[in-house]
Amino acid sequence: MKKVILIAGFAALLSTSAMSQKVYATKTGQISFDATGTCAEPIKATNNQVDSKFVDKSGQIVFNVLIKGFKFANALMEDHFNENYMESTKFPKADFKGFITNIASVNFEKDGTYEVSAKGTLTIDGKGKEMIVPGTITIAGGKPTLKASFNVPLKEFIHGSYIGSQISDNAKTVLVCKYD
Amino acid sequence: MKSIFKKQVFALLIVLMGFCKMAVAQDVDLFKSMDEQDKKDKLNQTDYTTAIFKTTRMINGQSIENVGAGVLDVKISHRFTPINAGAKGLWGLDGANMRMGADYGINSKLMVGVGRTKGGLFDGFAKYKILRQSTGKVTMPVSIALSGGVLWNTQKSNTLNNYTDRFNYSGQVIIARKFNDYLSLQVVPTVIHYNSVATSSMPNDYYSVGVGGRIRLTKRVNITSEYYYRITKQEGYVNCLSVGVDIETGGHVFQFHFSNSADMNDRSFIEETTSKWNVDAVRFGFNIARVFVVNKPKEIKL
Repeated sequence: MKKVILIAGFAALLSTSAMSQKVYATKTGQISFDATGTCAEPIKATNNQVDSKFVDKSGQIVFNVLIKGFKFANALMEDHFNENYMESTKFPKADFKGFITNIASVNFEKDGTYEVSAKGTLTIDGKGKEMIVPGTITIAGGKPTLKASFNVPLKEFIHGSYIGSQISDNAKTVLVCKYD
Repeated sequence: MKSIFKKQVFALLIVLMGFCKMAVAQDVDLFKSMDEQDKKDKLNQTDYTTAIFKTTRMINGQSIENVGAGVLDVKISHRFTPINAGAKGLWGLDGANMRMGADYGINSKLMVGVGRTKGGLFDGFAKYKILRQSTGKVTMPVSIALSGGVLWNTQKSNTLNNYTDRFNYSGQVIIARKFNDYLSLQVVPTVIHYNSVATSSMPNDYYSVGVGGRIRLTKRVNITSEYYYRITKQEGYVNCLSVGVDIETGGHVFQFHFSNSADMNDRSFIEETTSKWNVDAVRFGFNIARVFVVNKPKEIKL
């Protein structure tokens, strides 16, 4: 009887460690973009409430941002961003759904910086586009921080008369997410 | 027999536990949970309606809109003379009444403005937003603002003997609704107070109701209209009606319109418009609003 209980105990432990995966999450990720074209005023905005989760075993990763959460220095520019370009009432959020393709190369137990690449679909204003985005995951004290810099080709998602002139067609985007 | 059976049962249980754990662990699907969260958020979050109108004035009167916090909105307005001047008088453009002013946003709910009309009419006002239209968790069908203004007449006058005679006050409740991306309407119950009136039988307070609206033609062009109906009236005057077009660019809003009033302050255009809407009275006018950011909000750097 004792033997059986011991075996059962070990088996349970083994099964736990073999199947366990951790979901890292944050609701305060930061994303900012710069889409200044020929406009005299800079077209820059920041959103500090990026909702993101990823799974360490499968590399599945999601980012979700509220469009009205992007803050500009110029209140009128923010109004135009929401009303004229992003249709924020119709599509309140933008998101990225994908996988970190080389998640296995990240050792979550060991502090350090790891180069990663994420492949997935970026959806803005209801339109989706496949993207491959390079970035880094830094492990410090067991907590991962993800950083990525990439360009968003605006014309693929939104339309407006000034994109390509006063507004640059490539929005230089910087993403920093500290996960728990 | 019994002990082997027991062992087999236990082994089976362990294997089953293992499978259960596997099944539960694989159910973490972030894509699905995000979609579900989005659906919940749509119900749980409140979406506040923005840009009911394009600028803080309907045509002559206040609109529900406030200037953003820390933003200065410079206003230049002209009201020309009646279009029946014909080609010789450039359809009224030869003569003009003019107001220069500026509005400033103190915070997201409160704004103030001052201005001076040709000849020495100074006006000032404050507008406070008390309710915002919203959908989602908190539903509010309209936006409501309170506006209070003062008019100071420094023109030479035989009838305004005391200093205080030169002041008029206006109080308004602005109730507006954005029905959809194409139609917004507002209703503005108004009271105008005269410190001094011509005869002792005349009241000092006059009540009226303004209605205004816009129909959106393109992302940057609206058709607008504004009408003030006087409930208690002074004899010899008529109601003011204006129709126009708003054109918005990056930093400017151009408002071009036709109106039967040449005045740009609440008391004068609401209570003292002299001529009915006809060829002899209708005149062309415009407002230009240019927005400058004076106080930038703190930028968060990454």
